[in-house]
Amino acid sequence: MKVLIPSALRSYTEAAQAEADGATLAAVLADLDRLYPGIRFRMIDEQNRMRAHIRFFVNGTQARDLAQPLRPTDELVIVQALSGG
Amino acid sequence: MAPTPKRQAAPSRHPLVMVATRKGAWFYYGDDARQDWRTDGPHFLGHIINHVVLDPRDRRTLLAAAKTGHLGPTVFRSTDFGQSWKEAAQPPAFATATGGAGRAVDHTFWLTPGHPDEPNVWFAGTSPQGLFRSADGGIKWAPFSGINDDPQYRQWMGSVQDGTPDGPKLHSLIVDPRDPAHMYFAMSGGGVHESVDGGRTFKLAIEGLECVEGFDQNDPTFHDPHCVRLCPSNPNRLYQQNHCGIYRLDRPSTQWRRIGRNMPQDVGDIGFPMVVHPRDADTAWVFPMDGTSVWPRTSPDGQPAVYATHDGGETWQRQAAGLPADQAWWTVKRQAMTADRLDPVGLYFGTTSGELWLSRDEGARWECIAQHLPEIYAVEVIDLA
Repeated sequence: MKVLIPSALRSYTEAAQAEADGATLAAVLADLDRLYPGIRFRMIDEQNRMRAHIRFFVNGTQARDLAQPLRPTDELVIVQALSGG
Repeated sequence: MAPTPKRQAAPSRHPLVMVATRKGAWFYYGDDARQDWRTDGPHFLGHIINHVVLDPRDRRTLLAAAKTGHLGPTVFRSTDFGQSWKEAAQPPAFATATGGAGRAVDHTFWLTPGHPDEPNVWFAGTSPQGLFRSADGGIKWAPFSGINDDPQYRQWMGSVQDGTPDGPKLHSLIVDPRDPAHMYFAMSGGGVHESVDGGRTFKLAIEGLECVEGFDQNDPTFHDPHCVRLCPSNPNRLYQQNHCGIYRLDRPSTQWRRIGRNMPQDVGDIGFPMVVHPRDADTAWVFPMDGTSVWPRTSPDGQPAVYATHDGGETWQRQAAGLPADQAWWTVKRQAMTADRLDPVGLYFGTTSGELWLSRDEGARWECIAQHLPEIYAVEVIDLA
């Protein structure tokens, strides 16, 4: 599926867009980490919680659960939320 | 043990100063006279860099503790003086707990290269407080010693609210140059701890340390060491800048002595950094701050000054020549002051207002060598051949 990458994470992907596979949000992030080692830990902590200033949107709707099912035609947008100055 | 000569010959080298800031890292290469400085940076512009350390054992491996406002923490590694960086394959992270109740590293705060006999070993202290070790030069990190999940230590560590304003920190990781199994670390809050068995177990080292009035001095929870340093010329001696004063410990004694009582009363003995002389264990430097009333954490009266002792803390001398005479309201954080190994010793500190100051003569005169940087979190120096 198509994954839009925020600027803060393009040091990993070297592109604004990536392709990753998986039946859930967790699986897609694991696939991204396989393709771009280290990227997942910058978004998801060691307790499998989304980091405070990272948001995920699937087809325009915020995803709050890593177990959320995804389809190959979905579009995942990773957003760096406001984090201060 | 044979007595250590008071002064040993200094090597002929030139310094590399590594500055970690709230918005990136900068390197300053000095000439032999420490007169001319070449700036290299920014590295990691916009990243929060808590510490940058060059391995003194190989003088090649450079680690940077980083995070950003949005992204989780990591460690970057370079072996070409920052021309290229590679992220750690496994940054410091707590063990994953069942039910999602475990802790997550917010940032790696402190990096310490291991003993020369263990050439690829590094240690890291984090916020929330955790102790980590790498055995491969900073590529993969793992929890170290068991304290991260020890119920007693977790109680002493307290919660996020029990530490410094941007999170409680495990810091001042020290490896005895005589023995890799002998270590110290400190926690803000949580006290000072010592291991003599390579980190398998730690014991408290808080005897004699005061804590905030009204709290139990025997409970490490209430102890807030700011910076602990071991004297390389006499590893039996440690100095400490604490939330409640300046202390000295001479092993095998376990009793810290408040040498800050000898500071001028109108300045006090509160501050963050502690710097020791590389060849003279009687000489050390502190940078006092205002710890009165609401704890402004600025230079007292807006008049920044270093204070030096040359007799183990019995007396202190003000060293402010070249520093602003007044209306300077910055201070210096615990990792942001250090000494090189040249002769005379060069001292360096970075300010919360983004200035880098140098003294080429052990504090007698100060000169600003960089300004307009972001808030400086850490300053390290190494002498290059």
